[in-house]
Amino acid sequence: MAIECLVLGAGQEVGKSCVVVSIGGKKIMFDCGMHMGYLDSRRYPDFSLISETGDFDSSLTCVVITHFHLDHVGALPYFTEVCGYHGPIYMTYPTKALAPIMLEDYRKVMVERRGEEEQFSYDHIMECMRKVIPLDLKQTVQVDKDLQIRAYYAGHVLGAAMIYAKVGGSTMVYTGDYNMTPDRHLGAAQIDRLRLDLLITESTYATTIRDSKYAREREFLKAVHKCVAGGGKVLIPTFALGRAQELCILLDDYWERMNLNVPIYFSAGLTIQANMYYKMLIGWTSQKIKDNYTKHNPFDFKHVCSFERSLINAPGPCVLFATPGMISGGFSLEVFKHWAPSEKNLITLPGYCVAGTIGHKLMSGKPTRIDLDADTHIDVRCQIHQLSFSPHTDAKGIMDLIDFLFPQHVILVHGEKPKMASLTERIQSELGIPCYYPANNETVLIPTSQNVKVDATGQFMRSCHNVNLNSIQDKPCISNFSTNNCEVSGTKIDASKMVITSCCNANLHSTQDKHCISNASISNCEVSELAGDENLTEGILVMEKSKTAKVVSKDELLQMLGAEKHVVQFARCFPVRLSNREQFLPHAANHTTLQLLCKKLSSHVKCKYIESFSDHLQLDSLRIRICSNEDCPFRTNQNKYCSSSVIYFCCSWSMHDENLASKCLEIVNNLDSTIQDSNLAQEEAPNEHLQ
Amino acid sequence: MKLTCLSHGRGGVHRPPCHVLELSGLRILLECPLDLSAIAIFAPVPSSSPSSSGDLVAAPPWYKAVAAHHLFDPCLLDAVVVSSPAAMLGLPFLARNPNFSAKIYATEVTARIGGLMMEELVAMHSEFVRYYGLEKRQGRPDWMKWEELERLPIELRNVVMGEEGEELGCWMPQYSAAEVKECMQKVVPLKYAEEVCFNGAIILKAFSSGLEIGSSNWMISSPRRSITYLSSSIFESGHAMGFDYHSLQGNDLILFSDLSSMNSTDYDTKPDECNSPPLRTDNDNEDHIIKSLSGNDENLEEIEKISFICSCIVDSLKAGGSVLIPIGRLGILLQLLEYISRALDNSNLKVPIFMVSATAEETLSFTNAIPEWLCKERQEKLFLGEALFGHAELIKEGKLCVFPLLYERELLMAWQEPCIVFSPHWSLRFGSVVQLLNRWHSDHNSLLILEQEVDAEMALLPFKTLAMKVLQCSFLSGLKMQKVQPLLELLRPKLVLFPEVLRPHCPIKEGGSFAFLYYSENVRLRVPNSRKGFEVQLATELAFQLEPRRLLEGSMAIARLQGRLLLSKGKYLLVSGKKPLKQSNEQMLLWGSVDPARLILALEERGIVGSICDDDKAADGYWFIQVSKPEEGLIKSSASETVISCDDERTSALIFEALCSVCDGI
Ligand SMILES: [Zn+2]
Ligand SMILES: [Zn+2]
Ligand SMILES: [Zn+2]
Repeated sequence: MAIECLVLGAGQEVGKSCVVVSIGGKKIMFDCGMHMGYLDSRRYPDFSLISETGDFDSSLTCVVITHFHLDHVGALPYFTEVCGYHGPIYMTYPTKALAPIMLEDYRKVMVERRGEEEQFSYDHIMECMRKVIPLDLKQTVQVDKDLQIRAYYAGHVLGAAMIYAKVGGSTMVYTGDYNMTPDRHLGAAQIDRLRLDLLITESTYATTIRDSKYAREREFLKAVHKCVAGGGKVLIPTFALGRAQELCILLDDYWERMNLNVPIYFSAGLTIQANMYYKMLIGWTSQKIKDNYTKHNPFDFKHVCSFERSLINAPGPCVLFATPGMISGGFSLEVFKHWAPSEKNLITLPGYCVAGTIGHKLMSGKPTRIDLDADTHIDVRCQIHQLSFSPHTDAKGIMDLIDFLFPQHVILVHGEKPKMASLTERIQSELGIPCYYPANNETVLIPTSQNVKVDATGQFMRSCHNVNLNSIQDKPCISNFSTNNCEVSGTKIDASKMVITSCCNANLHSTQDKHCISNASISNCEVSELAGDENLTEGILVMEKSKTAKVVSKDELLQMLGAEKHVVQFARCFPVRLSNREQFLPHAANHTTLQLLCKKLSSHVKCKYIESFSDHLQLDSLRIRICSNEDCPFRTNQNKYCSSSVIYFCCSWSMHDENLASKCLEIVNNLDSTIQDSNLAQEEAPNEHLQ
Repeated sequence: MKLTCLSHGRGGVHRPPCHVLELSGLRILLECPLDLSAIAIFAPVPSSSPSSSGDLVAAPPWYKAVAAHHLFDPCLLDAVVVSSPAAMLGLPFLARNPNFSAKIYATEVTARIGGLMMEELVAMHSEFVRYYGLEKRQGRPDWMKWEELERLPIELRNVVMGEEGEELGCWMPQYSAAEVKECMQKVVPLKYAEEVCFNGAIILKAFSSGLEIGSSNWMISSPRRSITYLSSSIFESGHAMGFDYHSLQGNDLILFSDLSSMNSTDYDTKPDECNSPPLRTDNDNEDHIIKSLSGNDENLEEIEKISFICSCIVDSLKAGGSVLIPIGRLGILLQLLEYISRALDNSNLKVPIFMVSATAEETLSFTNAIPEWLCKERQEKLFLGEALFGHAELIKEGKLCVFPLLYERELLMAWQEPCIVFSPHWSLRFGSVVQLLNRWHSDHNSLLILEQEVDAEMALLPFKTLAMKVLQCSFLSGLKMQKVQPLLELLRPKLVLFPEVLRPHCPIKEGGSFAFLYYSENVRLRVPNSRKGFEVQLATELAFQLEPRRLLEGSMAIARLQGRLLLSKGKYLLVSGKKPLKQSNEQMLLWGSVDPARLILALEERGIVGSICDDDKAADGYWFIQVSKPEEGLIKSSASETVISCDDERTSALIFEALCSVCDGI
């Protein structure tokens, strides 16, 4: 078994995320994004690598989209309506609601402003979205008989999800973009401790470690405030959803506190409509908002109004949110052209801009002139503020997630090659997990382990429960990374609550060792160990052609085979010369000899059971008897003596008492000296009293 | 596994059935409702005008939990599973017991709405507290004294005591807001189809039942059994997500707990319809069943009822009467609001709609933010960017006014009659409905709308000289009987646990592909296990450690297995121990007999020379091999035993090894 992972996009780059994973005969496409930096065929993933004939329906089991950003969903209408994929598509409720807004916004920019030939139409978008099956968080969806998927909260933007997929015993998570720290309106990523063969994670900030978010927010507010106080205009190029809401909550709140009345505008149609969605999807925001929205809905912005084109050159300060982000064209570019030449104005740029956009040019150094095309030049004199907070996790967050999930393998996507290389190095050296960062159109093969399903008999199961109980229990499934990323708290399990426990003397304790869980390759969550590891369970696995293998207890095996146990014994019959046998043991000679021997043995050897009988001694399976049968078959020729001072000991034992037997036989061989010693002791004792 | 049905309930939404399930040594309580119809024995808080409470108990009410509940030690429960908001109203009584340590499982929305309903109950109860003063918490109230009970009319006494006095112990003094809060903290909120595992042994999953927003059926699976716990379900709803029966297919057992038709009159509707045609088990047939089950007709029927109600409302309003709607079902209430406002628009009536309840505002705003839990049509509204329910718009337009209390200044300012008031509580004993009934009960133009489930005669006792019109409406509250058989066919269980009370009424064919067991109230039903043996997952690394050995005869191979047995997410898992497996012959288990000739060969391979003795020693089924090199020794063997004798330990070990190689063993 192996997982085959074909990276169609976001391999050693950011943009057009698309990974096709083959797992247990199923093929899943994670994300179907477009690259904002290209206008030619490179903007879409190379779908022909999935199927040369274009028969995507039979080659793909399903498509799963993690969130509404265009680098994750931008190519979807093209793939379904133009390339003709008709199979199931999954995304969360917010993504299904918001992705069409993003797509339509982008399509308009492309077609109306750049005058480009459209790749897909509005109808394509709507037709495509109609087929989407919405997902709720943690809902376990059975895509077909074998494939199970589940979405986990990823932070990042409203509705962003990390996707868990399972086929048979093979499991993986594809993170999409995620954020490990909560922001103004979203919570931090949350996931169960899953047992994973593969984790595919984004790595946008593979080497960045960020400090407090609070300071960075203040820096932004200060820059904006300073600009409007000086009568300047602030342009905030954003996409319709996500960053816009985050910054707007921040500004609206700040305006309220500072009692400012400079207008905040939204470019036409942008977030006024989007806020309607956000209000219905409040369940996907941060806990703080969820707790308070019935009293105050933070998406009811008090200071925000919509923008008219005529206001571009109106006098006085203002703040404007305009699409698209990264100033890749459209309205934000139009406003930029007007506002950039004045040093009073301010342009804020997101933390990340795709290569090829104006945003990217502004970020790399401080250009004073931007050439749009041969005839259009913009003089840039305005101030530029780069937002240093981003809805992506930083390197620490990535490492925390990997450490928490502790997968067998890691693949990095959605990052820059040199940074990915250095993070890969860290993951391999610090966590010891094999890590890869394939380029676009490369395939990585991941070996997986698979459990074997067997039957077990009741008797075997009971024999397991007879040993002491030991339980490992994770904290109820979810750990919030922002506070404590690896907390596992043990919970006691009541003996009466365990399965089939009537016969146990339960010795309960719980372990907090998380590696216990990952090493043992147990699926997540709550695990009860039914026998302590000191006491390994033993049984016999019976395998027969075309039947499920079966675990039975040893006793049952014989019954099953209808066979009788074959006992193997070792036996020796050997002489021991006793120098003064006659003089001190006239009558019950044998009996006394055995008793003496017993005393000696019990003080020199360790065994579970020892008892002296009239004619033999029993030490575990070892039986020692004085043999008077001269034809005893176990007497070998060379030790056939015939002397009154010699007695024969007949010993027999089982294999597992081999060590015990060899020790005892040595003592028996030296019985002569033992007896003499004990005689001496008996003689000396009275003398001591006399003195 | 054992099942004890604690109560059948009343066949309605407000008092669902309640069971205890014993599974894999764990005890699970299914539902924890209150019998709120029982508070009809108490007189409402007297208003300024003289009232006619008659025989009713004039005391702050106690609340009646499900029968036999008090006999159940809460510390013995491992989990409580709750399917609908009404089914959790009795939880604080359990949870306030210091010995209660079970986890409570409910969907996120059931928990939220149930919590709001409890808050509302507490708020309404405070009307009594204000009137009577705070009740002392100790001892039984005076009305429970025998001589007081004897004075009650028989129908009231039966409500208090049950027919044989067995229900007297079910009464409890009301819980407090703090107890509700504490109880809610013990709830584990779930999404639909979210997997949750408790104690490693049992996995729970909720699927929508269609009854109410957030209500659910459950899949409960243990290592040896998978159970569908089927509560009252509705295929298509105008508000909640519909009945998700696909996800319940293929479980071993169905606990059929939809008793909604217990009291309904359409018991024996068209029994022939479901006996024919003969059912086949192919896909065509499955499609056919699905079509017959999940058509939209039920929903259309409900809409017809709502439309009829609307026309009655319009008539009353036109006649100058007001309309009072104390309906307790949230989904229906939300739908009614939409239809009423449309009906008002259509008839050009400008009449205000009020909603007077402590939790109404929060409930309404909550329902507009849970698209994941609603029917397809309302989810579509999310994708179009429209509000999920119409009430947001109504509030914005000022057509609907929401207030926590009557006699609030703002309410009085907005008040005008005739009007429409949504007002709790359906028992007509507390909540704003009491004052409004006092105001309107003698107005023959006014209209009161009740659910069928409410015993109207009893409920209206304190409002004598009733002139106002009463419209009682039976809304769908579960599966229709004729759909039960086809549904079961579709779900393909091996066994169905079915309520004995429904047996005479339900057109069920026995002798099909699944068996029936019938349960009755307060009888512990033992359910046999259908799976033989246990299913265990063998971890890969342990499988690789195995050293299988082929048996001398037959095609069987066996291997010794040593590992740790774990119970994880409802599955047994065998993994290798931390210490490496010790491989030695010491524990070797041998069986069968040994062929001396083969043993001689095996000895030779190990450099040992021996010969079979055929002297007189060989008797009684024994044979001997005399070993001569490298050391002298003897092997004595019979069908069930072999004795090896040799002075040299190394040689004996070699002989043993040779023996193992020619004998079946492990
Ligand atoms: Zn993103
Ligand atoms: Zn991205
Ligand atoms: Zn002997």
